[in-house]
Amino acid sequence: MSIEPRHPPSQFAARLRHVLGGRAGWKGFAVQIVFVAALVWIGYEIVANARANLESQRITSGFGFLKNTAGFDVSQNLIPYSGSDTYTRVFFVGLLNTLLVSVIGIFFATVIGFLVALGRLSPNWLLSRIAGGYVEAIRNVPLLFQILFWYLAVLGALPNPRQSISLLDSFFLSNRGLVIPRPVGNPGFEPFVVSLLVAVVAAVGLWRYARRQLFESGRVIKIWPYLLGLLVGLPLLSVLIFGAPVTFEMPVLKGFNFAGGSRVIPEFVALTLALSTYTAAFIAEIVRAGILSVHKGQMEAGSSLGLQRGSVLRLIVIPQAMRVILPPLTNQYLNLTKNSSLAVAIGYPDLVSVFAGTTLSQTGQAIEIIGITMGVYLLISLVTSAIMSFYGWRIGRSMGG
Amino acid sequence: MKRVSLVLTLAFAAALSTQAASAQTLKTVKDRGMLSCGVSQGLPGFSSPDDKGNWTGLDVDICRAIAAVIFDDPTKIKFVPLSAKDRFTALQSGEIDVLSRNTTWTLSRDTSLGANFTGVTYYDGQGFLVKKSLKVNSALELNSASVCVQTGTTTEQNLADYFKSNNMKYEVIAFGTADETVKAYESGRCDVFTSDVSQLYAERLKLANPADHAVLPEVISKEPLGPMVRHGDDQWFDLVKWTLFAMVDAEELGITQKNVDDMAKSDKPELKRVFGTDGNLGESLGVTKDWVARIVKAVGNYGETFDRNVGAGSKLGIARGLNQLWNKGGIQYAPPIR
Repeated sequence: MSIEPRHPPSQFAARLRHVLGGRAGWKGFAVQIVFVAALVWIGYEIVANARANLESQRITSGFGFLKNTAGFDVSQNLIPYSGSDTYTRVFFVGLLNTLLVSVIGIFFATVIGFLVALGRLSPNWLLSRIAGGYVEAIRNVPLLFQILFWYLAVLGALPNPRQSISLLDSFFLSNRGLVIPRPVGNPGFEPFVVSLLVAVVAAVGLWRYARRQLFESGRVIKIWPYLLGLLVGLPLLSVLIFGAPVTFEMPVLKGFNFAGGSRVIPEFVALTLALSTYTAAFIAEIVRAGILSVHKGQMEAGSSLGLQRGSVLRLIVIPQAMRVILPPLTNQYLNLTKNSSLAVAIGYPDLVSVFAGTTLSQTGQAIEIIGITMGVYLLISLVTSAIMSFYGWRIGRSMGG
Repeated sequence: MKRVSLVLTLAFAAALSTQAASAQTLKTVKDRGMLSCGVSQGLPGFSSPDDKGNWTGLDVDICRAIAAVIFDDPTKIKFVPLSAKDRFTALQSGEIDVLSRNTTWTLSRDTSLGANFTGVTYYDGQGFLVKKSLKVNSALELNSASVCVQTGTTTEQNLADYFKSNNMKYEVIAFGTADETVKAYESGRCDVFTSDVSQLYAERLKLANPADHAVLPEVISKEPLGPMVRHGDDQWFDLVKWTLFAMVDAEELGITQKNVDDMAKSDKPELKRVFGTDGNLGESLGVTKDWVARIVKAVGNYGETFDRNVGAGSKLGIARGLNQLWNKGGIQYAPPIR
């Protein structure tokens, strides 16, 4: 009796079966088809029925309202906007305000979070207790209270514009926000930017060259004098040849408020402060857990190579900890973005406030507007996780894991 | 969160019910044994809870009158406090039977929200509240001011129109609720608080030093406030509409809470129709013959309600003005009960 070599299943067919039906094979596939069809049918019924009912109640539906004039103003707009623009424009104004507060909030939350985590792990008794106290105090108080605290208690206590705190007669801090001189482009602006870009690119090249030299031949090249020369000298040269790149428009107190200059509104500051300090408390715990998850031997091995504590952390521990830190860190980033919708409580014009709030109540088209808003938050969240996954993939690759 | 859940209710109601536009509100209310009435989150004079938790106000009395007509009991009401931006969704989704929440009657609200206004309970207009220390005497001096406003109101749009047409610059800060708006105004974040004039007087009472604040003379818009009901139920629409008319007619006929029992015995043909001793006008509305007597016993006539809540007999002390009866110099006018 001879043993027949087992015929290997065709690669493609096996894959297809795996993808479509899992273990259940073609039968399972058929069940899935029926299931999906039923889902699609239910979805269609819901939409069709909703449309018919809205129509019979004569509630306006559809997306035509996006072309209508909004007719209200917004206190902070990153793109030009006035009351005579459309609801579509309002949507983008709100979206950009949400993104602005999220991106800046994420940046500060990460920086503060890492610093607090390192502080908490520090051998210095006082520092670690302060960091621990920060985490416990901040993460146990509801975020809305913190936002209101920053807005009403801290920023609300600032003086009115006529008594504002001024620095050099060009920076003014009052309960209307921070007013700073606004740079206005001159003819020398473009050459200045070009020279700065050239300097940055050259500096990065130089730095990489020095690093390669260090790794390949162990030669340490002192590059910082060249870097300094490049980054300062080149733009300075451009200023000498083409003239000053910008002049500053100074804010002047006129009537009730400052005219001229640019202004950071207190709503934005309060929201950013509250979101970043709050999320930082959670990030600090995540980072601490990540660092503690790296085996102690790694730290000792680094020290025995003669590296300093900072270098051991930066070069050995944190890169390994990042693999543990990254997934929960992504969660915190998503939370911060979604929590920014608490903005409406202090009148910051984010997406939920101007679009799902004002626009909704003016048009009454709740289903469409809430649908769009939910879709946008979903999209922002998916993009954030995609970026973080990509970063995680790069870390994994660079560590050969 | 509240809004999202309201919207989901609306979505499900719209999606799943096969006949959402049910012409059954009166029957639903009777079966439930309770009227569900949408009011504000606390606006003195119009709808606010007193120290014992009882809702009082002009808008509240409209609902009490409706409950009196249906149940002969003005307490059979569930009050649902709503922010300006949640109010229409609550009505559309069926959470409330009538919205009586200082809501301005406009064309777009009447046509696109799936709801109808039933009349005008208060003729209002938009004004500005400022600190006296600013020494501003006219709204036209408000160039470059920061203005606090409640989001989701007609006020927000009127404000934009007014400053634009007068070529003035301003900064708007819009808050979700009236309380947040007033708090920001009080903290000095804005120079001006703008809203309907009646609301300015009401909110001023809540400020630490009401005398330090003044309402500017300009009234920049027409704000006829009234109750709203859903589209598609004409019987309910008529009932709510005529409850208000009956209050105004009662004042015109001199029927008050005190003399209502005596007046009911009168043999004047006009009063006999009103009190249902002659004809069956109440029954054609779908309620009992003594419906007007029930209203007046519960809340009084329109003038009494006005005085008690916002007028001379209240803390607000607002003059009748436009809200006086048509034959006394105002524009409150109701079709005859006959």
